[in-house]
Amino acid sequence: MTEHTTIAVAMSGGVDSSTAAAMLAHSADGSAVSGNAVVGLTLHLWDQTRLAGKHGIPDAPKAGRCCSLDDVYDARRVAEQLGIPYYVVNQEDRFERDVVRPFVDEYLAGRTPIPCSLCNNHLKFDQLLQTARSIGATRIATGHYAVNEYDPQRARWILKRPADLAKDQTYFLFGLTQEQLAHTLFPLGRLTKPEVREIARQHGLKLAEKPDSQEICFIPGGDYKQFLTAYLEEQGESMPETAGELVASNGEVIGRHDGISNFTVGQRKGLGVSSPNPLYVLQIDPASHRVTVGVDEELATRTLRARRLNWISIPTLTAPMRVRIKIRHRHDPAWATLEPAGESEALATFDEPQRAVTPGQSAVFYDGDEVVGGGWIV
Amino acid sequence: MLRVYMDANATTPLLPQVMEAMRPYWMENFGNASSIHIHGQAAHRAVDRARETLSRFFNCHEAEVVFNSGGTEGDNTAIFGMLHPGDHFITTSIEHSAVLRAADRVASRGVEVTFIDPEPSGLINPADIERAIKPNTRLISVMLANNETGVLMPVQEIGKLAASRRIFFHIDAVQGAGKVEFDVQRFGCHLLSISAHKMHGPKGVGAMYVRRGTPIEPLMVGGSHERRQRAGTENVPCIVGLGKAVELAMDSLADGTIPRLAALRDRLEAGILALSGTRVNGGSVRRTANTTNISFDQVEGEAMVIALDLKGVAVSGGSACHSGSTEPSHVLMAMGLNKNAARASLRFSLMRTATDADVDHALRVVPEAVEHLRALSPVAAGTLG
Repeated sequence: MTEHTTIAVAMSGGVDSSTAAAMLAHSADGSAVSGNAVVGLTLHLWDQTRLAGKHGIPDAPKAGRCCSLDDVYDARRVAEQLGIPYYVVNQEDRFERDVVRPFVDEYLAGRTPIPCSLCNNHLKFDQLLQTARSIGATRIATGHYAVNEYDPQRARWILKRPADLAKDQTYFLFGLTQEQLAHTLFPLGRLTKPEVREIARQHGLKLAEKPDSQEICFIPGGDYKQFLTAYLEEQGESMPETAGELVASNGEVIGRHDGISNFTVGQRKGLGVSSPNPLYVLQIDPASHRVTVGVDEELATRTLRARRLNWISIPTLTAPMRVRIKIRHRHDPAWATLEPAGESEALATFDEPQRAVTPGQSAVFYDGDEVVGGGWIV
Repeated sequence: MLRVYMDANATTPLLPQVMEAMRPYWMENFGNASSIHIHGQAAHRAVDRARETLSRFFNCHEAEVVFNSGGTEGDNTAIFGMLHPGDHFITTSIEHSAVLRAADRVASRGVEVTFIDPEPSGLINPADIERAIKPNTRLISVMLANNETGVLMPVQEIGKLAASRRIFFHIDAVQGAGKVEFDVQRFGCHLLSISAHKMHGPKGVGAMYVRRGTPIEPLMVGGSHERRQRAGTENVPCIVGLGKAVELAMDSLADGTIPRLAALRDRLEAGILALSGTRVNGGSVRRTANTTNISFDQVEGEAMVIALDLKGVAVSGGSACHSGSTEPSHVLMAMGLNKNAARASLRFSLMRTATDADVDHALRVVPEAVEHLRALSPVAAGTLG
């Protein structure tokens, strides 16, 4: 019996996911790609009107904000054009529980969170796959720039960096499990962004020129401090009192600050101290509320600890391994020696000191093009 | 793939006779019903005939029929047109949003509003309305049949209550019209709203019953159409369509359609209830013959609506999409279901033209979908508290 497989494509209304959907549904000449039924899904994750207008958060989110009505409209129009069924699925509760709340808690604890990786883990690849299966699809597809393939020799699904390194999103995908990788398609992995826009044009998609969204999807305007204030107020919680001392790296108290969530490691502006040399945040202590600042040279560290690890190209780390590590999305992976350090923890020692290793960010380990795995910086 | 439509409470297609009745009025008899010349007269005649049909349907005088754009306009007109700051308004928490949002608006302008909750059965208790009455209560608005559960409200009792206290009474009859015996005199209402597209008529047209002497301020002002009750050039083709739809509805109330629909609905319901973890919402009281609202344990309602759609069965879920965000059904929650149970509920509403084959198909598809969803995640996100 031939399985007529159904693929659920996650559509955000952006040019990437729209083009992915187009590629799966039709060849550029308009003929249907045989064998697959394609269904478009938009995950509705956050109500943009919820905090709009509070504490400076913009009233009307700009277009290109995921979950805005404009984006759903765009996604729906693309689906109509491609002739595929299209549904909006509500996952607001889960998104708030698994992404927004942890985001808030991390900042209040003095760390700098990345909601996008959490969203990928919990919503895009866990929930989306569940939802896809519920409606009878066997696989999902997204517009991420990443490549996945099965390696029979290692008997593992491998995640690799895409053709367009400037759009590489593998940093946010380190948490994908073998099961998820086995059931996901990344149609854009071997294309560059300009090529993707061209394919969109060939399919007659009007949004081929739509600009990419850059900010965190649930924070229109991009000011996370406004968001924290507005969100806590809405929840009936007060902003915890985390004012404290600003100290130099030798422990000398040089000033005071209003709250640790105003800072992130490597931050230069807004320190409130004058100094002959520019000062940067080196460390934030959530217990004592002390924020340590220092000069540029002090920002660099040789080691990092990562926790809650996920492994992709290997089953687990049993011995030291040479890898290149990204500590931020916009960071050139740096050579390091990675070794296991306790249950689901790893210690990385960089060849060269790295600037602003920030607790709360992810550390993603690469072996050439392949994502070995990754975890959360402690 | 066989496609079965079980979302009649959302909307219905035109019946062929309705389409035919409307046809001449788009291009041949296109006149403005207010014009003096022969074209206007022909249009006017058509509107008059429709008005006469509506007056028979309502059992009222022709002058008490007001054509408008549909149920939402009727609900808004009754509420905005009757209430002034300082008045008290009683309605229910299970009304359609056209009533609820209008109630919110008058509340923000100095009208006191009381929303009566239903009993867990889905029924509104007239005694609860009576308890809420105050010296300044001016209007009561209660729906005839609830759109989500089909539950029929005791409008006659409420009408008597309103009359005895000299309070005006509006009935949102959008869902009930064409499905149950209809008589505004028996209902005892002063105002009533219906909508064509729920009864195999066109979308965008409806009518109100406005009892003579009711001091209602029109919503739409301008020309003197509808005896100055509702300004705006008459939508002649659609009014003709409404007239025809109402005529056919009256026939169907007399020709055994309703018991036949009830039997189909009952068979569908029984077939689904044979699955474990299923419950009818509103099943213990009188309902319209075509509706059943069923909760499914361990199933995510949204996923199920989509899964059924992909297998050719069209139903609606226990939520309504408002401005991009999905809220669980306010009706089901008012009946006592929690958010998750409300989300895990589906409404099956049969059209007048439904057949045994439709029910057969649904009974093949639904159990399969439920099984599939339950197998996927026994601890589904949908139904944990």
